[in-house]
Amino acid sequence: MMQYDIVIVGGGPAGLSAAVAAYDKGCRSILIIERDSELGGILNQCIHNGFGLHTFKEELTGPEYAGRYIDMVYERNIEFKLNTMVMDISPERVVTAMNREDGMFEIEAKAVILAMGCRERPRGALNIPGYRPAGIFSAGTAQRLVNIEGYMIGKEVVILGSGDIGLIMARRMTLEGAKVRCVAELMPYSGGLKRNIVQCLDDFGIPLLLSHTVVDIEGKEHIQAVTIAEVDENRKPIKGTEVRYPCDALLLSCGLIPENELSASAGVELSRVTGGPVVNESLETNIKGVFACGNVLHVHDLVDYVSEEAKKAGETAADFVRGEIGESTEQEIVIKAESGVRYTVPSTLNLGRMDETLVVRFRVGDVYKDAYVSVYLNDKRIQHKKKRVIAPGEMEQIILKKSELSAFDDLQTVTVKIEKE
Amino acid sequence: MEKRELTCIGCPMGCLVTVELDGGKILSVTGHTCKRGEIYARKEVTDPTRIVTSTVRVEGGVKERVSCKTREDIPKDKIADVMKDINRVTVKAPIKIGDILIENAASTGVPIVATANVQEA
Repeated sequence: MMQYDIVIVGGGPAGLSAAVAAYDKGCRSILIIERDSELGGILNQCIHNGFGLHTFKEELTGPEYAGRYIDMVYERNIEFKLNTMVMDISPERVVTAMNREDGMFEIEAKAVILAMGCRERPRGALNIPGYRPAGIFSAGTAQRLVNIEGYMIGKEVVILGSGDIGLIMARRMTLEGAKVRCVAELMPYSGGLKRNIVQCLDDFGIPLLLSHTVVDIEGKEHIQAVTIAEVDENRKPIKGTEVRYPCDALLLSCGLIPENELSASAGVELSRVTGGPVVNESLETNIKGVFACGNVLHVHDLVDYVSEEAKKAGETAADFVRGEIGESTEQEIVIKAESGVRYTVPSTLNLGRMDETLVVRFRVGDVYKDAYVSVYLNDKRIQHKKKRVIAPGEMEQIILKKSELSAFDDLQTVTVKIEKE
Repeated sequence: MEKRELTCIGCPMGCLVTVELDGGKILSVTGHTCKRGEIYARKEVTDPTRIVTSTVRVEGGVKERVSCKTREDIPKDKIADVMKDINRVTVKAPIKIGDILIENAASTGVPIVATANVQEA
């Protein structure tokens, strides 16, 4: 059986950054397994700019950002296998994978880093009535067809869902000469970043219809039209508000789901809120030596934060392999998400294993204006920061300091919440 | 006096920036959290610009298309013309990140550069 210190499942931004970080922490036995024919993951089809401002202090496109990390992997001679699919991960960290050259094979790993990313919510999960003709794509599939394969997928386009990929594709299709009729969003707020509404919709006069959804799809062979209606506060269509939009393509940008079939079969505990693994401060799952980072852990808006999070996972995995993150006598402290905060990553921390600072990332469940992000140690408030807008579409973070936490008597819980004042 | 509320597109933070104008003269810029935000706001109310990204047809490569961008931002009203130029050309593999694919896109003085590598088939 092949043996590696660290096996990384996924060669996208998370996997690449984790590999580089683990190498730089002294680990020399690393294998990245990637199912696509090249490294870089979804960044290869994200040809728009806006990546890397935090990491490289310059604005890059997706392929350029991926290219930087791929170069770092090459410079370090880190091993990788392309066109290879991981089939199973056992709780004992035996990874079963297959490809055309090697057939099915097993690898014994001292540590496994889960970096499989996420996938799009498909039409089947959206309960849209109507026919099932050709011409309905998830926004990311459309992005791949247009940007990588070079196909034009439609001339008159309607987009359901205001996730970032949908907004980016609204601009992309417009630039390629299509007419994007509208972006309909079920919720009363956008699921994407504000900057994308400005530069992808406003710049081209594409209407964003909030509290609207598709109630009918017409066309037997190919899509011919959709009907869009306004919805009430219970997200039920309002009679009499229906408008028919002739179109030859419908793109769906209705959320991303961490891809955790492998994690589940390994026995990794998953969060019901994020759909990703439950992790501690070391980004370690409930299974010893199995770490998670990037969109498989929770869906990010920014690749820069994926890289930063994955760096941490790579470093702690390298420490784990060397036996440097061992048992801690300190008790586990629960990080609670309350009053508007849907979840936090990580959700527990241990002072014995914690670095001097810990970044805790979270999302809120609603739009808050002029509200405060507060952090409590037990019942004592230690952080209280005013924000002009906090929205579900934008990931937030707080930073905890070990010195402050250690100095606190009988610390049981850290609570992150949104407060009006 | 005119007040304009902008969302900065400089980075995904999307800061809300307020610009106070008087007859086209900028009186104040507030709400930005970095220098990029101020530069964006000043430009946006006087001479808005954008980076354009797209793909160019490739001949003899392992891929059909190579992604590309305007090396610097170009005037917003030139976007359509730049796209016409981009869709006119076909380039030969191999291509490396940063290679100039079009010297002077739509007479903006800005070149179109490759943002991905494409090896020869």
